[in-house]
Amino acid sequence: MATQEVALPSGAMRPPRGGDRRSGRRRRHRREYGLFALFILPNIALILTFEYWPVLYNAYLSLTEWNMISGTPRWVGLDNYIRLFTSSQFHTVLLNTVVFTGAIVIGSVLLGLLLALLFNQRLRLRGLARTAAFAPYVISGAAVATLWMFIFDPTYGLSRIVFGWFGADSPRWITDGSWAMLALIIAYLWKGMGFVAIVYLAGLQGLPEEYDEAARLDGAGRFQIFRRITLPLLSPVTFFVMVITIIGTFQAYDLIAVMTGGGPGIATTNLSWYIYERAFKSSDAGGGAASAVVLFVILLVVTAVQNVYSQRKVHYQ
Amino acid sequence: MSTDIAPVVADGTTEAPQRRDARSRRSGPMDDSRLRRILLYVALAVALAVFLIPIYWLFSSAVKSNGDIYQYPPMWFPWPLALENFSRAWAAAPFGNFLINSVVVTTIGASIKLLNATFTSYAFVFLRFPLKNWIFLLMLGSMMVPGNVTLIVNYITMASLGWINTYLGLILPSAGSVFGMFLLRQYMMTLPHEIMEAAKVDGAGHLRQMWQVVLPMCKPMLVTVGVIAVVDMWNDFIWPLIVTNTVSMRTLPIGLLYLRSSEGYNDWGAIMAGTVMVAMPMLILFLFTQRHIARGLTAGAVKG
Repeated sequence: MATQEVALPSGAMRPPRGGDRRSGRRRRHRREYGLFALFILPNIALILTFEYWPVLYNAYLSLTEWNMISGTPRWVGLDNYIRLFTSSQFHTVLLNTVVFTGAIVIGSVLLGLLLALLFNQRLRLRGLARTAAFAPYVISGAAVATLWMFIFDPTYGLSRIVFGWFGADSPRWITDGSWAMLALIIAYLWKGMGFVAIVYLAGLQGLPEEYDEAARLDGAGRFQIFRRITLPLLSPVTFFVMVITIIGTFQAYDLIAVMTGGGPGIATTNLSWYIYERAFKSSDAGGGAASAVVLFVILLVVTAVQNVYSQRKVHYQ
Repeated sequence: MSTDIAPVVADGTTEAPQRRDARSRRSGPMDDSRLRRILLYVALAVALAVFLIPIYWLFSSAVKSNGDIYQYPPMWFPWPLALENFSRAWAAAPFGNFLINSVVVTTIGASIKLLNATFTSYAFVFLRFPLKNWIFLLMLGSMMVPGNVTLIVNYITMASLGWINTYLGLILPSAGSVFGMFLLRQYMMTLPHEIMEAAKVDGAGHLRQMWQVVLPMCKPMLVTVGVIAVVDMWNDFIWPLIVTNTVSMRTLPIGLLYLRSSEGYNDWGAIMAGTVMVAMPMLILFLFTQRHIARGLTAGAVKG
């Protein structure tokens, strides 16, 4: 009997009864479940280990004192946070973060939008210009930083020539506290604004043309159309650009690491670089972890604001 | 930077005449639309200069001889090309090691990332599983975790596994894929319905179906996800800086730091040569896949 079963094709063995078909489907489901688990397991294990676990353990570390080398974390409660928020150093770091991020958000929205408007015109060479503007975005931050250090070099860099046109000496960009931040902002904008322009360009090209035409027939000028129609229609894109620029800039440190190392002093240390500085330079895991929590909370608030706003946007449209 | 002014001027000045334009075609000695075009081309020239001059400066400095690089006013067209900068950079630091490390980490890391993106997105679109959507949300949620919040703990994890200063330590933390998985999933969901149906009918053979039917149709998005993964891995700076601690295990972006001297005298020719080695591969990749990169990165923006 058993041999006979094996010999038969499996389909022929199955009597046309509903119950059995259901159990076959269940078996198939179970096989699909297994396959699903197999397919996502490596990825989900990596995400849990290297994204979610760090958030939890980092929160715990922020309540401890530890040098990261020997011994184990010692519980100190909120001490790290109190230490941070009462130190003038941390206040400077927060201020630096706001200045750096604010300048870059405003700069890349304005310049990115202008570039996109330019690229949206029927001009010869606009394709080349678009490529040129976007290219720095794929160059490593370390390379961009090194290039701009040379440009900013007061004796041998391009900076000397540009200032020479005005009969002035080049400032000592990197070593002078009041210029170093500006140097970073310029290099960062150069690297990132092409990307913002591409995002804006995609937004511009997705706009419906009817409004434009209707307004033009009503005798509206180019600038009026831009201000009253294009700009408001682009506001979701503007908002998106602002949020991703804030999130990106808050986390930027390759330029800082290579160009200034956070200095001179702590003149260009932002929150991200401060995390690295605390944990890996000063062996203060607790202080670093607490700074990381502060950063995380700020970015969560930004994301929450974005969600509220974009939901309202959907209703409005 | 003067790019910001020109287009506004172009738009602003044409506003008033534009209205007149509607009534009388010609309004003065110089055609308005011609003036506008001239201003637009000026703006375009400024934009080109802002982006191309630094890149040109990088490449031209890398091939300037030591005497030429310190010349003032600077030499714009160095001749003969001085390739000794590259050998000096190569001698100052083990760039051979850096290059091998970067290539290994980038190819293996980006491949694992792409595989993860592929398998996970396929599973989410074509396979059944209880609470599938919750698992999807859980994965998406990790995009909100900033990279530098994970630095300290990932370092501790790697240290306790004994993977500091290893390829495994360099690759694993960024081998998971969420954004790429998301892009691929969205793409797969736009595929024709018949494919989805076929997948449901034929319980077995998912691997074959994925390989022979679904993935060939997802080719453009696979290129997008793959290229973005390559660029990210190649350019990564802070994690390789933390997780490696010997010169021979460093990657190229970190290798640049070894070219700079602490005594204040910088051999800019050699430094620019090193910088070219870091920047060039990604620039070439970018020139060939620009559209793919742009599509992936703007995907979130266009949908609003």
